[in-house]
Amino acid sequence: MDISPILDGFGVVLEPTNLLYCLIGVIIGMLIGVLPGLGPGATIAILLPITYGIGPVSAIIMLAGIFYGAQYGGTITSVLLRLPGEASSVVTVFDGFALAKQGKAGTALGIAAIGSFIGGTVSIIGLTLVAPVVAGFALDFGPPEYAALGILGVLLISSIGNGNKLKAIIAACVGLLIATVGRDTFTGAERFTFGSLNLAEGIDFIPIAMGLFGLSEILYNLEERHNQVHAPAKVGNVWPSRKDLGQASGAIGRGSLIGFVLGVLPGGGAVLSSLAAYALEKRRAKQPERFGKGAVEGVAAPETANNAAATSSFIPLLTLGIPANATMALMFGALLIQGIQPGPQLVTEHPDVFWGVINSMYIGNILLLIMSIPMVGVFVRILRVRPAIMAPITVLITLLGAYTVRNQVYDIFLVIAFGVLGYLMKKFGFEPGPLVLAFVLGSMIESSARQGLLIFGGDPTGFVTRPISGTIFALILAVAAWPLIRKALPRKTSVERVEEKIK
Amino acid sequence: MTILVGYLPTPEGEAAVDAGLREGALRGERVIIVNSPRRGAPVDEHMIDDAAGAELLRRARAAGVDAELRQPLHDDDLPETFEALVKETGATLVVIGLRHRSLVGKFIMGSEAQRILMESTVPVLTVKAAQ
Repeated sequence: MDISPILDGFGVVLEPTNLLYCLIGVIIGMLIGVLPGLGPGATIAILLPITYGIGPVSAIIMLAGIFYGAQYGGTITSVLLRLPGEASSVVTVFDGFALAKQGKAGTALGIAAIGSFIGGTVSIIGLTLVAPVVAGFALDFGPPEYAALGILGVLLISSIGNGNKLKAIIAACVGLLIATVGRDTFTGAERFTFGSLNLAEGIDFIPIAMGLFGLSEILYNLEERHNQVHAPAKVGNVWPSRKDLGQASGAIGRGSLIGFVLGVLPGGGAVLSSLAAYALEKRRAKQPERFGKGAVEGVAAPETANNAAATSSFIPLLTLGIPANATMALMFGALLIQGIQPGPQLVTEHPDVFWGVINSMYIGNILLLIMSIPMVGVFVRILRVRPAIMAPITVLITLLGAYTVRNQVYDIFLVIAFGVLGYLMKKFGFEPGPLVLAFVLGSMIESSARQGLLIFGGDPTGFVTRPISGTIFALILAVAAWPLIRKALPRKTSVERVEEKIK
Repeated sequence: MTILVGYLPTPEGEAAVDAGLREGALRGERVIIVNSPRRGAPVDEHMIDDAAGAELLRRARAAGVDAELRQPLHDDDLPETFEALVKETGATLVVIGLRHRSLVGKFIMGSEAQRILMESTVPVLTVKAAQ
C-alpha cells in the first residue's frame, strides 16, 4: 500500500484554513449535539449553501466535523439533564443520568468522551485501511453494477431503518418519483414538468434537503409545548478514575467494533449501533441488573459505538458513491455541489478530498476530546436559549441560504413546499430519510440502468449474467424475501425476548 | 390560610424566604415557596434542583413552619402565575424580594415585582437583600 497520498492528506488538513474549518465544524457539531431537536442532518442541510463559497476539501471537512461532533455533544445533555440531544444518545440516558444523580456526572462525561475518541479513532484507522481496497475493487464496476448497487441501497435503507417498513418504502418510492422530474438526460423528453420551465430543469437536491431536513424539523419542534424545564446542572470533576476506565475498557473495545461494522451497513448508522452496543454489554454483563442504575459500561458502549459508526458510514460514500444513511446523502449532495462525483474514482482523481476528509477526522477527534472535557459547562449554556428565539433565526438562515444558491425565489418556495411535506410526513410517521436517499440514488439508478441496457443492446438478462451485478441482484432478492423467510422460520427470537423480559 | 413566597436563587430570594418563614411562624400559617421557571428553553438558570429544594424545606422545618415547594411554569407573565396561585391556595399574603434597579434599567425594562405589587389582590410584603 502506497502511503504517500495518506501523508499528503495530512498536509492538506494541516493547512491553517482547513484546520479552522475543522474547528468550526466540530464546535457547531457540539453545539447542535447539545441542543435537542436540531440534529446533524438538519444542520448540514441548512449549511449546504455556505459550502458553495469555500473549497471542496474545507467544505467537506467542516460538514464531517458537524456530523461526528454532534455525537459527542448529544451525550452531554443525556447525562446531565436526561434529555438526549441526539437520537444516537438515547440509550446513554439510562446509565448516564443515573451516574449524574450519584454525583458522578463528570465520570460519565469523561468516559463518554474517551470512548468516543477511541471509537472514532479505531473507525478512522479502519476507514484508512478498508476504503482504498473497496474503492479499488469497485473500479471494475460498470453501469449495470451501479444500477444494482443503487437498488440494493434503496431497499436496505427502507428495510433496515427504524420505524414502519411499509411507510419507509412508500417514502422511498416518492423519492424515486421526484428524481424522475425534469428533462430526460438521454432523450430530452419532459417528464412530470406540467409545462413549467422551472420543473423542466429537474428538482435540485439542495431545496429538497433543506426543506425535508431543515425546515420540517424546525416546524416539528415548534409544536412541542416545552412543559419540562430543568435546573442548571453542575458538572464536577470530569476525569474518570482508573477503576472506571478499567471497567469501561472492554465496553469501549466492543463498542468500537460494533459501531464500525454497523456504520458501514446502509440504514444502520449511529442510532442502531448505539442500541446494539448497549444491548450487547447488558447481555454480557455478570450483573445485568446494574444497568440503568449507573453502570459505566452503559455509557461507554453506546457512546463509543455511535462515534465509530458515524465515522465508518463514510466508507460506502467515499468508495462506492452510495450514501449509507440520510446524513451521508447530504454529504453526497455537498460533494456534488462542489463538482465532485463520489465513487471509486474519488481516491485517484481527488486524493486531496479523499485523504483530506479522512485525516481531518483524526484532528477533529483530538479537538473534540480537548474541548469536551473541560468545556462542558460552556456548551450546556446554549440550552438556556428559548426555541422561540432560535427557530425564527434558523428559518431565516435556511430561506436565505436557499435563495443564494441560484438567486431564484422559486427555490425558496421549493424549500417551503418540502418543509411542509417533511412536517406532514413526520406527523404521520414517515421518515424523510428514505425519500432523500432514494432521490439521490434514483437518478444514479436510472442513468446506470439505461446505460447498461445500451451496452447490452436492450437485453435485460445482461444484468443477471454479469458476475458482480448478478450477485448483487441475488442479494436484492434475498433482502426482499427476508421478511417472508423469517416468518416461515420458527420464531425463536421473540421467545427469547419474552424470556429476557421475565428475567 | 397560606403565605406565598417568591423565590429565586439570589440574595433577594433568600431574603424573601427568610421574611416569609418568619411571617409564617408568627401567624402560624403554611408557607408555599414558589420557584417558577420560564417555559421554553430546556434549562432555566433560576430554577433550583431537588437538593436545593430540600434544603429550603429543611430551613422551613427548622423555623417550625409547615412549608411546600412549587415550581409551576410561567410563560411571558409571571404576575398572572402568582395571581392564579393566590386564588388556588387562598393565600393571605405574598412575599417577594426587590432588587435595586438603575435609572436606565427602569427606563428600558419592566419589572415583574412592580406588577405583582400593583396587581395582587392580597397584601404584598417586599424585602431587600441583606446588606
